[in-house]
Amino acid sequence: MKTSTERQKNIIDFALSSLLRRKGKNAGLLFIYTLIVFALASVVFFTHAIKEEASIILKGAPEMTVQKTVAGRHDLIPINYIDRIQKIRGVISVKGRLWGYYYDPIVGANYTLVVPETPDPGIGNIIIGEGISRTRLAFEGDSIEFRTYDGKIIDLKIKKILSPESEIISSDLLMISEADFRRLFGTRENYAVDLTLKVRNPRELSTIARKISEILPDTRVILRDEILRTYDSVFNWRGGILIIILAGALLSFVIFAWDKASGPSLDERREIGILKAIGWETSDIILMKFWEGMAISLTSFCSGIIFAYIHIFFTDAFLFEPVLKGWSVLYPHFKLVPFMDASQISTLFFLSVVPYTVATIIPSWRAATVDPDSVMR
Amino acid sequence: MRKSSLFLSFISISLALFLLMFIHASLRKKAEMRSLIQKYETVKQLRLTDLCLFTEASYTRHLSQADLHTAFKDHPASLEHFPSGSLLAPPPMIKRMNENID
Repeated sequence: MKTSTERQKNIIDFALSSLLRRKGKNAGLLFIYTLIVFALASVVFFTHAIKEEASIILKGAPEMTVQKTVAGRHDLIPINYIDRIQKIRGVISVKGRLWGYYYDPIVGANYTLVVPETPDPGIGNIIIGEGISRTRLAFEGDSIEFRTYDGKIIDLKIKKILSPESEIISSDLLMISEADFRRLFGTRENYAVDLTLKVRNPRELSTIARKISEILPDTRVILRDEILRTYDSVFNWRGGILIIILAGALLSFVIFAWDKASGPSLDERREIGILKAIGWETSDIILMKFWEGMAISLTSFCSGIIFAYIHIFFTDAFLFEPVLKGWSVLYPHFKLVPFMDASQISTLFFLSVVPYTVATIIPSWRAATVDPDSVMR
Repeated sequence: MRKSSLFLSFISISLALFLLMFIHASLRKKAEMRSLIQKYETVKQLRLTDLCLFTEASYTRHLSQADLHTAFKDHPASLEHFPSGSLLAPPPMIKRMNENID
């Protein structure tokens, strides 16, 4: 046992010395390889954490939302639609929702205005998200000016600022009373922006949705499952920049594999020849090449994964921030909860370490089975 | 120190860090569970439908509420030009077919 471990260690020593003889090339390889694993792992950790968080938080979203559409566009919905929907068997309650966007020309940001049932901010008051407070430099007790639909200016006083912990849902949220909302946008009393439903049995959701579209053909229904699926596919691998990152990583691996599979260099072949001439077995050479491959790929894999974890969960994905921020003026600051499982690590391992190691061993095996005399010539 | 010992130590330390990573993740998850439940309650109470991920355009703010025209609503024939548009796939229900037309 001891001799076997010692043999392995001797071979590792030799493999590492061999790698160090080509310091420049291997250091470059190590750096690029680490960078690829880092980029892939960062994307995997980030998207997984967002999706998991969305799947927990958005379970609280309305079971069903009904919107009126006019000429294919979302329009205000008459309140009397509530009575017609309420009559459908299985519907527990239907409520109108008032929400919208307000563009603040002072900071150039869009706020999301919602009229809550509770807590009611009260007429003349608002409750704002941390992102608005940060961007607008407005704090509890301050007033913010709003321009109504007919050009009048109204002042609304900040009653409370929502906790920074909830920024992922409330950064740009502005809670306003119903009266102020209608005054601001001129929305008539008998209209809401959309309707939300509660049903008795979730299994009846699709039947109720079908009945609504039959009774009210000018509406469209959005189910909570569809909202959850939207966020499950939000950073889908097919989506824009992600496919560029993945394609870049994949192409880099193809280049690695091509470089390795096209056979060892002349120096490496000569090295193999000399080793065989001094009595190394083919299996020893394959073992040495295996450790060479493992030294590069395991070092890159471990470093890439650890750096990616630090990047996403300790530095709040600061490298992704410019991409995610886009042109936003009001950007939510949120700390992601690390949702980790072994499958993420094993997928990354099989995507990075295994192909590289295989691509290292096969050509070496081919070179090692050739007559040493012909290789050294 | 032998090179092999250095390498094996590095791998052992990395594996230990992996383990710590999982422990850290699990502890953070436990610690944040209350905050996640609070967010869930806020979503339920305010009847919210979306996460606040992209605020640059009103139509990227509420992804699940988007319709086929949203990307073009800011200006006639304005093509999707916000960076977040390059990160997002369209909501699945947009591609939902209500009926076959042929």
